[in-house]
Amino acid sequence: MRLSTYNFLTSKAIKGVKVGFPLKLTIAKQDVVESEFNPTFIERLLPRLDWSGIRLAAEVAGLNDDIPAELPANVAENEELLKKLHHLLLEIDVLEGQLECPETGRVFPITDGIPNMLLNEDEV
Amino acid sequence: MTNSWKKYILWFAQEHLDFRVAEFNSIIKLFGLKHRKLNDNTLVRSLNIIYKFLISFDKQKPFWIVEFANEESAIKFASRSVSLRSIYELWGHSNNLKSFHEKLQDSIKTKENLMDPYIQKSFKIVVETYNKHISQKEKVEKIETLEYLPFQGEVDLKTPQTEWCYIEFYGLDPTAVPSEPDDILFGRLVANGQRDLIKELSLKKRKFIGNTSMDAQLSLLMVNQALVNNGDLVLDPFVGTGSLLVSAAKFGGYVLGADIDFMMLHGRSRPSRITQKVRERDERVRANLEQYGCGDRYIDVIISDFSNPLWRQGVEFDAIITDPPYGIRESTEKVESKTTSKQNTRSKDMPHYPSTSHYSLQQLYVDLLQFSAHHLKVGGRLVCWLPYHRDDYTSEMIPQHSSLVLVGNSEQPLSGLTSRRLLTYEKRDINAPDSAQLSYQLSNSYDFRDRYFNNAPESRTERRMRKAEQREIGRIEALKRGKVIIDNKEAKNNLNKSRFQ
Ligand SMILES: C[S@@+](CC[C@H](N)C(=O)[O-])C[C@H]1O[C@@H](n2cnc3c(N)ncnc32)[C@H](O)[C@@H]1O
Repeated sequence: MRLSTYNFLTSKAIKGVKVGFPLKLTIAKQDVVESEFNPTFIERLLPRLDWSGIRLAAEVAGLNDDIPAELPANVAENEELLKKLHHLLLEIDVLEGQLECPETGRVFPITDGIPNMLLNEDEV
Repeated sequence: MTNSWKKYILWFAQEHLDFRVAEFNSIIKLFGLKHRKLNDNTLVRSLNIIYKFLISFDKQKPFWIVEFANEESAIKFASRSVSLRSIYELWGHSNNLKSFHEKLQDSIKTKENLMDPYIQKSFKIVVETYNKHISQKEKVEKIETLEYLPFQGEVDLKTPQTEWCYIEFYGLDPTAVPSEPDDILFGRLVANGQRDLIKELSLKKRKFIGNTSMDAQLSLLMVNQALVNNGDLVLDPFVGTGSLLVSAAKFGGYVLGADIDFMMLHGRSRPSRITQKVRERDERVRANLEQYGCGDRYIDVIISDFSNPLWRQGVEFDAIITDPPYGIRESTEKVESKTTSKQNTRSKDMPHYPSTSHYSLQQLYVDLLQFSAHHLKVGGRLVCWLPYHRDDYTSEMIPQHSSLVLVGNSEQPLSGLTSRRLLTYEKRDINAPDSAQLSYQLSNSYDFRDRYFNNAPESRTERRMRKAEQREIGRIEALKRGKVIIDNKEAKNNLNKSRFQ
């Protein structure tokens, strides 16, 4: 699971959960998959992401020095930051780990790089 | 781009005719191409095509004449169209041979400066007699009728600098081939369409496929309908083996998928190739993208049930393309809240697969349109298939949503009396998608699976295949519940117990 995906997912499906974001991420095993830097894509992606979620991801990945507390206004001209974001959001791949619902503590496992967000019948 | 309006011959493959106009319009929109539709005679009547011809038979014709503002536009169009074989700059056209030659000679004279760049180039002339087979000798004779062409370069059949095409169109009915062609056209090859991509992405050579993988051509058509372009974020919420995402990534999309089927996404479902006993270790959606050099644009697949919310508010996709389950070759299902009686048969360490209930097509479409209204960018598109029984079709069947405009609706007949339509919706520029009204006229009792199994007259082969599919469904469902199937009898029992009765 990429950390950009982490920024998209919630546990809203659980009965009674209102926001379910950000989930608490734990990484047990990760991979770094180098991929082509596409500044336009990152620029277009940023407005769709939640900045606090990006910061959390950076923390868990041990990259908090790379990511400023606030999204700078002129990010499009800041290639260095765009590259760091590219690395954080698209190159780090969580292979094993878990996502935990902030409201109920329900844990969603990530195995073999794929998060399992399915719920049991008594949870929906 | 400078404008120098010219006419072009668009030669389409005679396949998926009902998708042509929709694809044309989509590509024009994708690139913002300027074009004019001509209607000065019969063939070109098919150009009215673009908006009017849906009821006439002209849309069937493989040759259209379209005027583009410049050659780059024509090339761009060809760079995306999968329906298009080739595009030619038009030099001569008529509906009878005599006037064709007069007109062509005339335009060579009057547009001398336009012909100049090609006169010294090596060249080749291809002869195409549509709907009529002729010998090599006759082809040469046809070329000889064009002896007035001013070409001075060498004939080069392998790698000509310019390629010309002489076309005689003998209608579409192979049982009534006219003695004289209905249309004669001559043009210079400008570009080829994307027919080769269909072969390149063929499922035959695809790493990871399943029973319901979408063939390459239709996947590519869907992606064109969805206006997918470089750097777009694309979602398939019923991703399966990711065949739609392969095409999306091929055209520059960054792709995400979701599916309820754990075994499928982990590549552990039963292989669907007869020749294959077990799946290879890395059979995944991701491997499919890597196979075609699009690995960089794979984002993720997620195991989740579409009937439950998953995505954060504010997540916006450029396109949503999907082939939802029809309940025939795969089950339509969702996690349901109910108490199961089987709890005690399960040991603790066994993976738990929640019990699922039938997810009606009606509810699924309601969810899909609602979801798209919320999560598409303005101008973004939802492209999805709707299956139905042909006897039942009325335009009211098409699901509607006030935030989404239906911009494409193309039919693909399936077997017997069943059919499906590729629907394309575009998100409107309005501020309050929450106030949207959803009307979906399929009656509550409309059940495609039911209609498919109970009312469609079937041939013997269809029946045999259907039975095999049912058995497979029963087997998969049993496996999903953690059962080990020992013999065929048990499989049979499972089938009987399953809901396809
Ligand atoms: C027609 S198939 C899609 C096939 C896909 N286009 C491919 O290339 O393989 C429909 C898919 O929907 C999945 N599905 C069924 N019910 C679902 C649900 N409630 N939520 C998410 N996925 C579901 C099935 O597991 C199946 O893979």
